[in-house]
Amino acid sequence: MTKDWWVVLLLGVLTIAFKAAGPVLLGGSRRELPPSLAAAVARLPPAIFAALLVTQVFSDGKSIVFDARLGGLTTAVAGAACGAPRMITLLAAVTVTALLRRACL
Amino acid sequence: MECHLAAGLRGEHMPNPTTYSAGARDVAPLAAVIGVLGLLLGYLSTKAGMSPVAAVVMSATTFSGSAQFAAVSLLRNGGTTAGAVLAAALIATRHIAMGAALARGLSRSAWHRALLAQLAVDESWAVAYGGDGTFSAPRLVGAGVVIYVVHVCATAIGALSGGLIDDPSRWGLDAAFPALFVALLWPRMDDREARLTAVLAAVVAFVLIPWMPRGLAVLVAAGAALAYKRPTGRDAQ
Repeated sequence: MTKDWWVVLLLGVLTIAFKAAGPVLLGGSRRELPPSLAAAVARLPPAIFAALLVTQVFSDGKSIVFDARLGGLTTAVAGAACGAPRMITLLAAVTVTALLRRACL
Repeated sequence: MECHLAAGLRGEHMPNPTTYSAGARDVAPLAAVIGVLGLLLGYLSTKAGMSPVAAVVMSATTFSGSAQFAAVSLLRNGGTTAGAVLAAALIATRHIAMGAALARGLSRSAWHRALLAQLAVDESWAVAYGGDGTFSAPRLVGAGVVIYVVHVCATAIGALSGGLIDDPSRWGLDAAFPALFVALLWPRMDDREARLTAVLAAVVAFVLIPWMPRGLAVLVAAGAALAYKRPTGRDAQ
């Protein structure tokens, strides 16, 4: 087997296992989770959202950066605060980011 | 804040419909971004020495764009098999936390849950989230199937047709997903505990950026949020 197929196989197995772990171990509505664990799991979504957001706006993969994406983020916050439709907020954030990036080149 | 209040009074931020078609519809703008990224991924995969078939199989099995980009970029720069798999797997570790959050929204057998969980990528996971703290399986499946088909097809087109896409960030597409997060997080920020959790995770993730791959930073930040204890006395509400 060549190198690329080894990567496909191993990475595929790991990713599938990562994705399945939570639902297999914690899922199923028949069993109730202990209250402390249930409360902890309920806190996960806002935490993951916020962490994904931060790593996608302020990281270039290696270090902390402040760039045009910050303009997109600000636009998105303004849109959400004003109750703008999600699609409009998304398009505005993308447009502002692209324009800022062009202006700074 | 005033306009936010007005929006609340107008009855916006209502729970999203929990149907397959609602999930598919809500993920549509993101599917366009996924398509562009998939073209680039397919192209870079072949440039890194992968066969087009291997590139498409990777999209169909790994189905986590950020992890795949990491693996491909390492292979392209002469990395070893182990190095590429390890780096990509670290980025994929966030799926452990995302799966744990999703778990209660899935029912039926363990095999069935494991299968549906494969459709959870950042975008479909976000669309499946109802904003009331629960996840909807039909929304996950509707959004996940759309993203899956677009991702795999775009990878194939990119792998076979060469460099159609140069740099998605030039078009600001890297801001689309953070913008969606803001839209999804915002209505939840009325809840004090959710707000504190989000702020804590954001600070931890920010500090960790220089120290570890993004996906692992997300996992650790989510762990920190779990360790956080609910403040006693809820009078501050």
